[in-house]
Amino acid sequence: MKRRAAIALCLSSLLLAGASKPVLVPDVSARKIEIRYSFAGAQLLLFGAIVYPGGRIPKDRPDIVVVIKGPPEPIVVREKKRIAGIWMNAESSRFRSAPAFYAVASSSPVSKLVDERTAAIYELGLDNLQLSPGTASLPDKARRFEAGLLDLRRREGLYSENPAGVEISDGVLYRATIAIPSQVPVGTYVAETFLIDDRKVVAVATREIEIGKIGFERFVALAARRHSVLYGLFAVILSIGLGWGAAALFRRRF
Amino acid sequence: MDIYLPIAGQSVNALLIVALGALVGVLSGMFGVGGGFLTTPLLMFYGIPPPIAVASAATQITGASVAGAAVHIRRGGVDLRMAAVMTVGGFFGSVIGAGLFRILQASGQIDVVIGFLYVVLLGWIGGLMLWDALAAFGYVRRDQPAEPQPRHGHNRWVASLPMRWRFYASGLYISPLAPLSLGFGAGILTVLLGVGGGFILVPAMIYLLGMPARVVVGTSLIMMLAVSAATTFIHSVTTQTVDIVLAALLLVGGVFGAQYGAVLATRLKPDLLRLALAVLILLVALRMALGLAWRPDEIYSIAYL
Repeated sequence: MKRRAAIALCLSSLLLAGASKPVLVPDVSARKIEIRYSFAGAQLLLFGAIVYPGGRIPKDRPDIVVVIKGPPEPIVVREKKRIAGIWMNAESSRFRSAPAFYAVASSSPVSKLVDERTAAIYELGLDNLQLSPGTASLPDKARRFEAGLLDLRRREGLYSENPAGVEISDGVLYRATIAIPSQVPVGTYVAETFLIDDRKVVAVATREIEIGKIGFERFVALAARRHSVLYGLFAVILSIGLGWGAAALFRRRF
Repeated sequence: MDIYLPIAGQSVNALLIVALGALVGVLSGMFGVGGGFLTTPLLMFYGIPPPIAVASAATQITGASVAGAAVHIRRGGVDLRMAAVMTVGGFFGSVIGAGLFRILQASGQIDVVIGFLYVVLLGWIGGLMLWDALAAFGYVRRDQPAEPQPRHGHNRWVASLPMRWRFYASGLYISPLAPLSLGFGAGILTVLLGVGGGFILVPAMIYLLGMPARVVVGTSLIMMLAVSAATTFIHSVTTQTVDIVLAALLLVGGVFGAQYGAVLATRLKPDLLRLALAVLILLVALRMALGLAWRPDEIYSIAYL
């Protein structure tokens, strides 16, 4: 609501001042993604309109970059080495704030749209993620682990880059589809839309998306964490009950 | 039919897991083993993280051993006093094991330790069973002519332990420390590997403690039941890796499979079965060994703090 009001305010002030900056009116297909027992991933549609001052579409059409970021979390990345013929975890490196999910889609490759500094400021593109590696690690090592992390998560579908993922029709309406894989962690995700014109970010709009387990899954995950004693007792009773039940059933049949 | 596992945080094919539980259940019903030593590696091959596979497999052992234990209690083939002593040892073992598990988890070595222990364990059991089966077919000669050991021939080492108790059902007068430490070892194995330990307990009870065969299986089943139940509980509280959906799927397949297995065992040729199981176990061991020795698909892995 607040954002709408802000946009409206922005719009009106723009009209009044007659400024030349376009504005974004973004939306997402789902504000909430629910993970249920049969969750096999989801497709998230990010769409919206570019509102130009005076309603005139300029000849030099701007570009759109869409970023979805999962909640940042502290992680340890471990590297396997062959020790005495066995592959085992040897070195490790910490990252204090690696987003659990990161997807960027744009209407042309990000490197062509903005310079490195802008890309770093807005964290546009996988190479520009601020992962905050642990202070103790050497820059060389941190880079190696960062590459490993990015590669791993990219193949898991948790990190992705799509330089042609945003479609802009008639220079006004844009849309991007981003795949959310089934193993995404829960939390509050942020969808950011950047309007880029002449290598500068001219408008930003954000939307929050809640990804959560609901119903039974949520209940089980919460119970395991908060009421672990009861959860454990239930698991024991379940196994004894099922074993007993099967035995009783079969005694009657054979 | 995909189903989402809330603790493992991934979707699995429910029918496949039930089938896996049933397969292991049939084997466990046929051979009177818990079957954990097959459930855990197979779950790991499927892609379930080792800690979750181990903890959830322990739950299945409880379910699979209930029926067997009930039958043996009814027949009176159980030394309850011995079972109690071993269970106490098993509880201590599972608590210590859980501590070890956590340390290994924190240092990132849990997967490789589980894998390594499995290769040793499965290679050993599979080898013994293969030898036995081949001997039964007459391909190799059994070199143990002194089979009828003197009764009560418990190990000299066991006899030297202090503080003796009488175990009437077993007809033994030995120190409780021996079954206590046996239970302790089995408890650690249950926590670390998700196995009941029956395949180690049974021979140890016969050859080390000198228990009569008539009470061995029932006693070990009771002990496994108690310790695997305790392990499930301890895993739930300490490592929080018991996925109840996964466990339930395994149980549904497992408990019914075990019943069918018990029926099947009376109709099929046991030596052939043992040969088949031995080959299967050795294949699993080989696959795990290759998993340790081959360059893994993923050099990097991520753990959450």
